[in-house]
Amino acid sequence: MNLVIMFLRLALALLLCGSAFAQELTVAAAADLSTALPEIAAKYKSETGQEVKLTFGSSGNLTTQIRNGAPFDVFFSADDEYPKQLIEAGLAENSSLYTYAVGHLVLWVLSGSTLDLEKLGMQALLDPSVKKLAIANPEHAPYGRAAQSALRHFGIYDRISGRLVLGENVSQAAQFVESGNAQAGLISLAHALSPAMKSKGRYWMVPSDAYPKLDQAAVVLSHSKQKQAAQKFLEFVRSPEAVSVLKNYGFGLPVETHSGGERTK
Amino acid sequence: MNWQAFWLSVELATIVSFVLFAIGIPVAYWLTYSRWRWKFLVEAAVALPIVLPPTVLGFYVLVALGSRSPLGRWWESLTGHTLAFTFEGLVIGSLLYSLPFAVQPFASAFGTVDTKLIRAAASLGDSPALAFRRVVLPLSKAGLITGFTLSFAHTLGEFGVVLMVGGNIPGVTRTLSIDIYDQVQDAQYASANTTALALLVISFVLLSIVYGLNRRSWAVRPWK
Repeated sequence: MNLVIMFLRLALALLLCGSAFAQELTVAAAADLSTALPEIAAKYKSETGQEVKLTFGSSGNLTTQIRNGAPFDVFFSADDEYPKQLIEAGLAENSSLYTYAVGHLVLWVLSGSTLDLEKLGMQALLDPSVKKLAIANPEHAPYGRAAQSALRHFGIYDRISGRLVLGENVSQAAQFVESGNAQAGLISLAHALSPAMKSKGRYWMVPSDAYPKLDQAAVVLSHSKQKQAAQKFLEFVRSPEAVSVLKNYGFGLPVETHSGGERTK
Repeated sequence: MNWQAFWLSVELATIVSFVLFAIGIPVAYWLTYSRWRWKFLVEAAVALPIVLPPTVLGFYVLVALGSRSPLGRWWESLTGHTLAFTFEGLVIGSLLYSLPFAVQPFASAFGTVDTKLIRAAASLGDSPALAFRRVVLPLSKAGLITGFTLSFAHTLGEFGVVLMVGGNIPGVTRTLSIDIYDQVQDAQYASANTTALALLVISFVLLSIVYGLNRRSWAVRPWK
């Protein structure tokens, strides 16, 4: 009996010191970062030894989870609205807010598609062969909202709305097209350039004046127990090393884009 | 409450439970009376959806039945579209997903019918089919209603498969459970609560019917 109690105490002690020295950072990130951020996290780990755990989803979905106490340290959104909402609700640190990248929307089709994206651009979607157009759910995904505004901008939203299918987030929208179930999709440039999809299809850049700019912001969350470590990771994302990864996946930089392109908001 | 989603879910559940009633009876009959030595394999296959995550089914409907697979292309040439994002796709997914909830109650009801009664019917000149219809089916009434109700309730509550293959199209694939999910993601807790409460009450009533029917006797009535 005594032995059992001793064993339990030992187990408890181990558990407690395990959590006290926990070095793992938990990061919630928008789905368009699903290829870039793992690369950045891997670089960060090799440099600092800090383990970073990543969770991907639509920004709205993750915001709801954070509002309900999800134990994340940092949140990378695909817009700047959700982080600002979290700051207003007292759930994120205002001082940590910064725009780490600018997202781009593209029209993506499989290589075998007959649609002439270069010539027709968005109007290619009116082709009868496009039975389904995949976008992210505008209710909780910034890329979905961008897709909706772009369709309105080109005046084809009403004609195409009956053919829309909504992905849970931009990754699912991309997967709907990649699996051949939808004939075209409005997805993130980061997905179009990802190793899994790059060779399978081609894309057309949706002009940036067709949708509100996707200023992607990140924040440290208030209930994080390791805010310093979280802040350090955010700083690393600003480093030239991390920025070059983001650029590889087609993300723009906030400074670059302030000069050109009109804002429609 | 989103009534469009409500009626869509009810329509889906009604179609699925009627089709499963029609398919389930012969399957359950075979499972009850067959003496094939490999029968247990069929039983295991029928029970699979109880333990399989809906994502497995969703994955196969999306990829194995998508336009890249021969089966998917065959379906496309037949109907002009893939199964994903259509109401038929949801019906087929739900049929697979709710199959054991119809077949198992049917089979266990058939199994409890006294074989002496079936033999008596046969000795009075009934063919096996006639004896099944006139003796086994009436005696299995509670099991049949249970299977029908459970497959209805289970389809009404389906979420994973619909999330994966539905594409969230209002009036086509946006079912009640998806509607609740969207409302929660959008932080509209009040309306999510209304819908969730409605589903909770409906499911409770349906399950009460099932358990009420399967009480051995009503010698003690709850209201006395």
